[in-house]
Amino acid sequence: MRPLRLFRGSFEHGVHPAHHKTQTEDLEIQRVPFGRDYVMPLGQHIGVPSRPAVAVGDAVKRGQLIAEPGGFVSTALHSPVTGTIREIGNMRGVDGRFAPAIAIEADAFATQRITPDPAMDWESLSLEDFINAVQMAGIVGMGGAAFPSHVKLSVPDGTRIRHLLINGAECEPYLTNDHRLMLERPEALLEGAEIVRRKLGAEETIIGVEANKPDAIEIISERIRPEQPVRVVPLKVKYPQGAEKMMIKSVFGREVPAGQLPRDVEVNVNNVGTIVAIADYFLRGMPLIERVVTVAGPGVTYPANLIVPLGTPVRDVVKFCGGLKGGTREIIMGGPMMGRPIASLDVPVLKGCSGVLVFTEEQTARRREYPCIRCGRCLEACPYFLNPSRFARLARARMFDEMKAHHVFDCVECGCCTFACPSNIPIVQLIRTAKDDLTHRKEPDA
Amino acid sequence: MNRKDPDLLLFHAPLLRQGMTTPKAMRDVIYALLPATAAALWFFGLSAILVIGSSIAGAVLAEVTFAQKESRGESLHDATGVLTGLLLGLTLPPGLPMWMAFLGGFVSISLGKVIWGGLGHNLFNPALLGRAFLLATFPIAMTTWSPAASSFLDVPASNLALPFLQSQADGVTSATPLGMMKFEQEVTPLANLVFGRTGGSLGETSGLLLLLGGIYLWLRRDLDWRIPVSILLTVVIFSAVLTFFDGERFPSPLFSVFSGGLMLGAIYMATDPVTSPVTPRGAWIFGIGVGVLVMLIRVFGGLPEGVMYAILLMNAATPLIDRYTQPRIFGRGAKTP
Repeated sequence: MRPLRLFRGSFEHGVHPAHHKTQTEDLEIQRVPFGRDYVMPLGQHIGVPSRPAVAVGDAVKRGQLIAEPGGFVSTALHSPVTGTIREIGNMRGVDGRFAPAIAIEADAFATQRITPDPAMDWESLSLEDFINAVQMAGIVGMGGAAFPSHVKLSVPDGTRIRHLLINGAECEPYLTNDHRLMLERPEALLEGAEIVRRKLGAEETIIGVEANKPDAIEIISERIRPEQPVRVVPLKVKYPQGAEKMMIKSVFGREVPAGQLPRDVEVNVNNVGTIVAIADYFLRGMPLIERVVTVAGPGVTYPANLIVPLGTPVRDVVKFCGGLKGGTREIIMGGPMMGRPIASLDVPVLKGCSGVLVFTEEQTARRREYPCIRCGRCLEACPYFLNPSRFARLARARMFDEMKAHHVFDCVECGCCTFACPSNIPIVQLIRTAKDDLTHRKEPDA
Repeated sequence: MNRKDPDLLLFHAPLLRQGMTTPKAMRDVIYALLPATAAALWFFGLSAILVIGSSIAGAVLAEVTFAQKESRGESLHDATGVLTGLLLGLTLPPGLPMWMAFLGGFVSISLGKVIWGGLGHNLFNPALLGRAFLLATFPIAMTTWSPAASSFLDVPASNLALPFLQSQADGVTSATPLGMMKFEQEVTPLANLVFGRTGGSLGETSGLLLLLGGIYLWLRRDLDWRIPVSILLTVVIFSAVLTFFDGERFPSPLFSVFSGGLMLGAIYMATDPVTSPVTPRGAWIFGIGVGVLVMLIRVFGGLPEGVMYAILLMNAATPLIDRYTQPRIFGRGAKTP
């Protein structure tokens, strides 16, 4: 422990976008009524796609397994509704590409009520069985990346996890789904935290929350029972506070070495939603079949925080919120800084979808681009201390190998550089293009 | 796909921006220079308007002339032409013939910016390049300092001289504080330097107003504070050491800071983002370099003033400085506790 921690509760650099959270932060989570059509893409997590375990025409119950993990870095899928398997094949995904998916038609006469399994005796599970159970529950990182949680929880021999860090920063503007979850289900959060902490053998749990959510900090702190070694740490309001390496720096004052993982500094980081999903599975037998989604932005009639069954088309979600206002120009799935635009309203809500944000002219107007004047604002914004202006210049010249030499793969694409650029240069977008080229290009045959 | 669905755009995140744009930043610098420009009017009267106006006109004409045909109307949009003209105008002597100021503005933009590939690509500060051109071409006119105007409408005849028919210096000249210091060992009172009651170029006389504009720019985050701070600190320390050894021969630290074009150069020219290092460590090195060169030229060189050459020399070193001062990347080479 260093005697003087200069940047306690914060990391260096980063940006301060307006929060835009007042639209939904006081709205209680409501449930979206069930619709008719559901689409579960087999590859909605990072890694190998899942393998279908049902056939067309099969009747499925809500919560029933419909796809098995396709490998270790893969996870199970469950039916979000009681109904019939209508189709298994290629369907249009979020990015507009066709990818394998299972289409389910909900049974209009079913109640959609399920009797949950009794609580599992998680304490007597071996670590291996616990990790298998997380995989079979289909649980992934709910913050947006959708990385299978069981992979994160699998710690190689010889590595010890001392701290379980729970990410309640929610630094993306507009999003309030984690905030509401912390307010409305603090017990579930603490229960899940205790399960994961005990299974990992960690000494303590730390819940990192940005200081602009004092009510969440208070409610969770009140509910901590004396036997639970849990601390709630208020963090400075700054983007990207919720990036896991930034949060580790903020809480512990340590930098995770480049190319290494949080576990290399004895920390395991999980999102608030993930922890609640783990509690729901082990204590209530509910696999991951629904999630909390913030629907907000200037183009939506009634903003809301909703429990949405996975696979629900964005169209149904938006319709429940009173539809789109005139002048809607773009819909982002996730947050406005790192989310992905969707091409059609038929795209389904996925495990990693924290928000459906509807934007109008003001956010999407074409901004005139000026030459880079080397003002250095992007350098002062980049939380990884990279030189984004140089990356942009190299990417324009298609000098991708040069970019690799300058560690372009250390970039997490948080978008601070583009946000900060006064010349409106799409810096992070150029970096993404370059990384994509470096990752996917085929070497010429030797 | 429903026919009533809106056509959705697919712009990639982040969709939010901080709100500052390059033209706004340039206009901020112009606003920051307004008090000092007003002071130039106050001290030198109508001739200040004539000289600064001519140099802005020259810069703007070059900007329009060399713009692409399609973007001719928009070439002034980013306001850099006006800014360069204004900055150049403020470094010129008040009695300079208007046509020279005009030519200087034209050269600043054409040789200082356009020829390099436009905004963001030039190696040297355009305004200082224009001034260096004028100093090399018209050494006498550029070092003839007319005194403060007796009345507002009192315009020295030299202002109105026609090209190449330069009227001889009209006999009434004054010396700059640095010139007096260097050649006559005469110290100008500090109060005069701070408030601007001295001879010199149009914009360099009032250190206080220049400083005010600098604070405005710093508050608007338009300027890398490291550069002016390191230049001024270096000059203060350098001259403090010299004064310590020989207080008679060498200028005091405060005199060094407030005399000549140091304020103007340190706050508005050395900080030109295009021609100064982009890295924080580089900014310190750049500033210290400028400070040391200014003092070397002023004290040991043949010229009374060296801010222009100091900045131009460090401009040339900027790519090299940037190359060797790249920031440490997060998680690499850190002292892991």
